[in-house]
Amino acid sequence: MSISLAPRRPRRFAISCIVGAVLVLFWIGVAAIGPLFAPHDVGAVVDLDVFSPASRAFPLGTDYLGRDMLSRVLSAARYTVAIAFVATTLAAGAGVLLGLAAAAGGWLDLLLSRVFDTIIAIPSLMLGLVVIASLGASIPVLIGTLALIYTPGAFRTARALALNVNALDFVTVARARGERLPYIVVREILPNVCGPLLADFGLRFVFVVLLLSGLSFLGLGVQPPYADLGALVRENIAGLGFGAWAVLFPALAIASLTIGVNLVIDALPKRGRA
Amino acid sequence: MIALVQIEGLRIVARGEDGAEFPIVHDVSLSVAAGEVLALIGESGSGKTTIALAMLGYARAGCRIAAGAITVAGQRLDGLGEPALRALRGRTVAYVAQSAAAAFNPALPIMAQVIEPALIHGVMTRPAAEAKARALFAKLALPDPDHVGDRYPHQVSGGQLQRLMAAMALMTDPALVIFDEPTTALDVTTQIEVLMAFKAVVRDLGTTAVYVSHDLPVVAQIADRIVVLRHGAVQEEGTTQAILHAPAHEYSQALVAAAAPRAPAPPVDLPALDVGEPPLLELRQVVAGYGRVDGDGLPATRIVDAIDLKILRGQVVGVIGESGCGKSTLARVVAGLHPPASGYVNLCGVPLSGAVATRTRDQLRRIQLVFQSADTALNPANSVAQALGRPLTFFHGLRGRALRAEVARLLDLVRLPAALAERLPGELSGGQKQRVNLARALAARPELLLCDEVTSALDPVVAEQVLDLLIELRRELGLAYMFITHDLNIVRAIADEVIVLKGGQIVEQAPGAALSAPPHHPYTELLMASVPSLRCGWLEDAAAVIGTRAARR
Amino acid sequence: MTASPLLRLIARRVLVALGTLWLVSLAVFATSLLIEGDVAEAILGQSATPQALAGLRAAMHLDQPAWARYLVWLGGMMRGDPGHSLITGTPVAALIGARLGNSLALAGITALISVPVALTLGIVAAVKRGTMFDRAIGLVTIAVVSVPEFLIATLAVMLFAVTLHWAPALSSMRDVESPLALARMYALPVFSLACVVIAQMLRMTRAAVIDVLDSSYAEAARLKGVSPARLVLRHALPNAIGPIANAVALSLSTLLGGVIVVEIIFNYPGVARLMVDAVATRDIPLVLGVAMIFSASYLLLVTTADVVAILSNPRLGHR
Repeated sequence: MSISLAPRRPRRFAISCIVGAVLVLFWIGVAAIGPLFAPHDVGAVVDLDVFSPASRAFPLGTDYLGRDMLSRVLSAARYTVAIAFVATTLAAGAGVLLGLAAAAGGWLDLLLSRVFDTIIAIPSLMLGLVVIASLGASIPVLIGTLALIYTPGAFRTARALALNVNALDFVTVARARGERLPYIVVREILPNVCGPLLADFGLRFVFVVLLLSGLSFLGLGVQPPYADLGALVRENIAGLGFGAWAVLFPALAIASLTIGVNLVIDALPKRGRA
Repeated sequence: MIALVQIEGLRIVARGEDGAEFPIVHDVSLSVAAGEVLALIGESGSGKTTIALAMLGYARAGCRIAAGAITVAGQRLDGLGEPALRALRGRTVAYVAQSAAAAFNPALPIMAQVIEPALIHGVMTRPAAEAKARALFAKLALPDPDHVGDRYPHQVSGGQLQRLMAAMALMTDPALVIFDEPTTALDVTTQIEVLMAFKAVVRDLGTTAVYVSHDLPVVAQIADRIVVLRHGAVQEEGTTQAILHAPAHEYSQALVAAAAPRAPAPPVDLPALDVGEPPLLELRQVVAGYGRVDGDGLPATRIVDAIDLKILRGQVVGVIGESGCGKSTLARVVAGLHPPASGYVNLCGVPLSGAVATRTRDQLRRIQLVFQSADTALNPANSVAQALGRPLTFFHGLRGRALRAEVARLLDLVRLPAALAERLPGELSGGQKQRVNLARALAARPELLLCDEVTSALDPVVAEQVLDLLIELRRELGLAYMFITHDLNIVRAIADEVIVLKGGQIVEQAPGAALSAPPHHPYTELLMASVPSLRCGWLEDAAAVIGTRAARR
Repeated sequence: MTASPLLRLIARRVLVALGTLWLVSLAVFATSLLIEGDVAEAILGQSATPQALAGLRAAMHLDQPAWARYLVWLGGMMRGDPGHSLITGTPVAALIGARLGNSLALAGITALISVPVALTLGIVAAVKRGTMFDRAIGLVTIAVVSVPEFLIATLAVMLFAVTLHWAPALSSMRDVESPLALARMYALPVFSLACVVIAQMLRMTRAAVIDVLDSSYAEAARLKGVSPARLVLRHALPNAIGPIANAVALSLSTLLGGVIVVEIIFNYPGVARLMVDAVATRDIPLVLGVAMIFSASYLLLVTTADVVAILSNPRLGHR
């Protein structure tokens, strides 16, 4: 009998994945500590010139009211990343919890599947529009709505993954040993679905950022004088005609954040992705 | 004599996850004479299929033919462009895949697929091709040869699909046919029919063939010459008779030894029963299945039906039968994973509850289940130490130093080095994984081990070692086994008592030693005849048994 | 004999879709109850007399409990009458009817362009997996699906309308005289919508075809000497119909969200614009009506894909 003692091969990451990771880390950094470095107050009109290009005093120029763009982008990035992160975490948490519970089958599965099918059948932007218009555009409402809209997707993914793993022999072995459900879920199933769940989390984060930006664009996002990245695009849209930095920069910020996350997910193993 | 196939210095590389290439076939040279059947034999990972596919100028995704000269029917394949290779595939060289069930396109009727090679290579017209296909179906002993082509693959059995695939390969009268493990996925009795059909058609048409297999007895029936492969290199090459009777290389000797019928293990003295002591396990009129249970306790679909069975302390009972006979369900019923619809399962005279959840922890400890495939039975995310440690903590409350010591002792018990404890299952070989799988069951210190096809997913030499280990463990620990298998050879080697299962019912129950002498139930006779044997002429004898059985029906 | 189990499966899918649509009506109606403020007061203004308010409430059935109003509304929906607008008093059916054609035209043209482009490119990318072409497609589509629709639309306006003057920035139905003018009017909205739809559909189609091309029977076909074109058309595609139908349905369903943003940006007179305005003015019957149309469209798409998948499955078609 031969014993394989070959060392584990180090995984080599594709360049696109490294680029993506750098982008994601950059925006996490900006969201975490960026506003500390803001040179001006977010709402303060500091320049008489509106839509001014980059200068020493205003590294990203000024916006349609003459406010410092750098300070506004730093603050908006924090709003976008934080709101999207909290909403995605809530959606993923609820989705995974309920998905794992539903994988056991029974009436709970039937009920949850029906309820979530219903939510999925309402186009997400429209659902967001109606709920936020009804309850008013505050940050808790925004987070709650985004979480509600993306819980069904997380639920479906987690349920499908759990069903797949549940059918494997090692779970049967644990059941035959007399293990209780919490042990089986935490020790046997979760470690094997972590990768796909993480990929799903990233994907959903991107969806949330896009929907949040869309809602902001319709005026239902973070309210003035504060703004998230989508709202920055909306309020400076007038500068689009002459290519103002004030509209291009927040647009680029959204794109680089979501593209970064997508590039990282693309490099993750595809196994079991729903 | 000019060789039809000539391979010189073949080297095939694969690309790993890290992007680096590593060789999977090293400097292989071999030749096949016209009209000859050459067998490529070896364990999984020996490169046998990779070499066979190279004779079609084909390498699977991630692999590349890096060096060497491949000549088939006077044509150099290495360096040939795709269009030229397409003209050759299905015309000069044809391929019969391992699983015809997967290799037939589910969306197309069978006839369209069978005649496709003849049509795309412009060999004959459609009516001529269909006529030839029907003739080949008849030659391959397919039932209803005139209409079987109208059906879709999912409407036809696996054994028939395998023969239909052979008909497809033979449509263009190719110079070379490659059979890639064509009977591995089949039941033993079906395997006989398919092998007979292949053998007859190859003989009658004078086909040159390369037969890829891991199964020496099967190869011995059909091949003229054998090439023994291991780790992507040729170990030995010779005529079938030479390899079977005078294997020179160490690995060939191991293969031959593994295929030889095993001497029954010397009987083990069972501990004397006290007067009135109940058997360790007793099943009484156990019925299990799916669907609604009627008033008599009979489910709509019965998988095991009215089973009576006793296993004494330290006794090995073999349960044998083909796929679908209910043998795995029987094990699941005993393990509490499939509550029976009616009947009793008693452990030492105490009735066991049907479901795991309502059994006591001590009852669970005393019966342990070992699955067929260690690949799926071991959690890929848990190390060996974790896999073995959990039952030790769960059943015996072991922790810390005592736990580590016990894990080391268990590894030693299954003849594995203690250094393996920190490995993940993915870093172990197939045989090592199965030993860990076994050690995990032993960790509970059970009295009864339910072994469900524990050796059938392993390569023959490794399977033999695991079987030896099971026999030793039984002696050392006084364990009782319910040993479930489709392989009579294995049952003979290990079981004190044998139960033959068919359609969920016991058709015969006999002491292990009695298996060598007739008379038996006809189905048992059939199973016995179907056990592959190295003996020349075994295939024909087995086919005769099947034939008389069919005639009697 | 062969048809009955198939029909049963399809009937079940349709019933499930109808059941979901009913649940949607419950959910949408419940959400509308959240809209704050008293509708009667919103209409008549703060100076209205209590008698006038009470009269209006009674006329609008607002004095009845929610479940009764739901039943009245649901009954109306079933008869094709979703009630009257709170703002203008016009029947909602008439308001929607006037706009629905425009939205359908926008979505239809987008689909007509997107589906062939996405399927062709997706299949080619799958066949040429790993080549420069495939990688380029992969990067472009990942960039497009990562960017919000309004961004693509605004960038398109900047590039094609403001800088190049190829197409008008706003859509107006009035000054359309020639087919060319019509094409110019649709160019930018359709382009913006199609970008996202194509990118999504392409990625899903590519994955579905690769799945089939990796199968054992695709390898067996290659080893028969089948040409690449025949491999894809005869062997792969019949097996990929189900997943591709699913990809088409899911991608087209993103149109339902995209159309909202695009109609706003281009000031396009469609249903989605009507909806956004209705939300702003709290015109609940109008919001409910449009929401039901959108959800019904989604369910229609998804159910059609399911039925196509059932019909294309040989295991169900040939027992």
